[in-house]
Amino acid sequence: MMKPTTQKNHWIKKIGQLLNHGDRPWFGLIIIMSVVVIAFMVAIGYMLWIDSGPSRVAFGLSFLQPTTDPSWDPVNSNFQAWPFIYGTLITSIIALVIALPVSLGIAIYLSELCPAWLRTPLNWLIELLAAIPSVVYGLWGIFVFLPQVVTPIGTYLFDIFGNVPGLGSFFAGPIPESGASRLAASLILAIMIIPTISAVTRDVLLAIPNSQREASLALGSTQWETIWKILLPYGASGILGAVILGLGRALGETMAVTMVIGNSIEGTISILKPGYTMASIIANEFAETVSALHTSSLIEIGFSLFVMTLLLNMLARLLVWSVTRKTPQEARA
Amino acid sequence: MTTTSYSELLKKGVERRRVSRKGTNGFMLTLTGALTVLALIPLFWIIGYVFYKGGSTLNLAFFTQLPKPVGMTGGGVLHAIEGSLIVTFLATIMAFIPGVLAAFYAARNPNTVLGIGLRFSTDVLSGVPSIVVGLFAYALIVKPQGHYSALAGGVALAILMVPTIIRTTEEMLKLVPTNLREASLALGAPEWKTSISVLLPAAMDGVITGVLLAIARAAGETAPLLFTTLGNERFDLGTIISSGVTNHQSIIQILGRIFSSPIDSLPLTLWKYAGMPYPERVQQAWGVALILLILVLATNILARVWIEIRKRKLRG
Repeated sequence: MMKPTTQKNHWIKKIGQLLNHGDRPWFGLIIIMSVVVIAFMVAIGYMLWIDSGPSRVAFGLSFLQPTTDPSWDPVNSNFQAWPFIYGTLITSIIALVIALPVSLGIAIYLSELCPAWLRTPLNWLIELLAAIPSVVYGLWGIFVFLPQVVTPIGTYLFDIFGNVPGLGSFFAGPIPESGASRLAASLILAIMIIPTISAVTRDVLLAIPNSQREASLALGSTQWETIWKILLPYGASGILGAVILGLGRALGETMAVTMVIGNSIEGTISILKPGYTMASIIANEFAETVSALHTSSLIEIGFSLFVMTLLLNMLARLLVWSVTRKTPQEARA
Repeated sequence: MTTTSYSELLKKGVERRRVSRKGTNGFMLTLTGALTVLALIPLFWIIGYVFYKGGSTLNLAFFTQLPKPVGMTGGGVLHAIEGSLIVTFLATIMAFIPGVLAAFYAARNPNTVLGIGLRFSTDVLSGVPSIVVGLFAYALIVKPQGHYSALAGGVALAILMVPTIIRTTEEMLKLVPTNLREASLALGAPEWKTSISVLLPAAMDGVITGVLLAIARAAGETAPLLFTTLGNERFDLGTIISSGVTNHQSIIQILGRIFSSPIDSLPLTLWKYAGMPYPERVQQAWGVALILLILVLATNILARVWIEIRKRKLRG
């Protein structure tokens, strides 16, 4: 009677030891899940690379190169991505130029000036700006922001710069009545990336040790001089990282941009004219492609977008890390 | 004589410079406050306008009826609400368990090769444009299967949710006092038991808020669904279930039919309606925008209040 039980216990013990009382499967599980997450990142790049094969073979590098006479012709299967790359770059850069000063202002206010009781609610409000779905921005953009803000600004810009030699081609107008233009996309993007840039910049400023501020103030600097000449240079690489993160967001933003940019393939480079971005051409045409090459060209655009955001993200994390690493949060107390 | 005039000049110069420095200081500091207010204008403008325009659209029919043919007034967006629930549900199931488990690894071994790789890919995944994730889900599921499906949309949203889940869970696990862990281990509990029945319950509130935030974000995503779930105005959960029941299909068969059919979602509907030349559809788009906005606002505010309370409790 005794024997089977002891034997059973013996085996349970043996299995327990072998599995390290369940720890071995547990570690196996969490390691596998971590690998799965990493694998998905690799798989995204890999599958897009494979599926863009036909387009890479057919057009080579000329697909992505700047050209004055771009062609996007699904009927004759001749594709060049330059108008979309240009659209993405110009809207993102203008958005950055607008968003950067505003975000710097917000970050400085939140980290240096804001009274303590106001800080948390303000942080929440700014972050809420990032939480609003992109389609809602688009809807508001089409019916409110474009006619009421963008069209007047565009008309004004056209009046001032439209006939200046050199600059004129960038401001060739007039802006469409509806306001749908690259300028509209830039302005919406600026609103959408402000939360990203200001949140990271605020963290960078908060990570600067207080001794820097005290030393500067003790030498007789005003508060603004401390911020401008000490804090901003000190956190410069981190702030650059924040800008790059914002740029990454702007490059990939799809819905709001698609809804306000007007979606037109024209040769013009004017920011007051409708255009296209890399993300918006995919959003508009991918579900209704006419040939395998068309699909593959759109996937190649997606792949380029993936590589761009990947590189920007790596660079940005590196820069932010290089600042925050120097000083742990406690140093500020 | 020259020395006094020189020192007087110097004094005057210093005084003038002092005034201008103070002026710059005051001006720039005020400017930063003004810029903060400027950035918040669009926020209140959007929220206010969506409530104003969308409020009149919301009624019982809007939530309980399928869309009428274009051009007719009335009808609702029931198909999109059902679709959103199904796709987000699928995404949450697929993202939750891997996300939490990977977070356990990241919280415990942040400095191993795998830990660094994990943090890196979390960062990268959270920065990948959502439309690119949509392309990936298309290549992974829609193309081999040959048809658009709710499942493909679920996978795309799950990939977008995972980074948020990992990051919040990791942060919350790190906030759990080490004593708890040590006490459990000292009592002889193995690592897995400590993780599941001591660490996870202690961090659970935070994990749930993280998941809620991720769900709110995913529920508002359009781009990854454009060519994975595609949209389907005739989708009707009730019909599928009742026809399944009358044909004596098993639950698994019915679920399979639901998950493998093209489906609509709230943001997708909003996008389609916004571009339509029919005023009643555009009006409904505002209603959908209001639903999305309320969803996002409610989750965000709840989650942040909850996290704040939790942090205070854990720090003691």
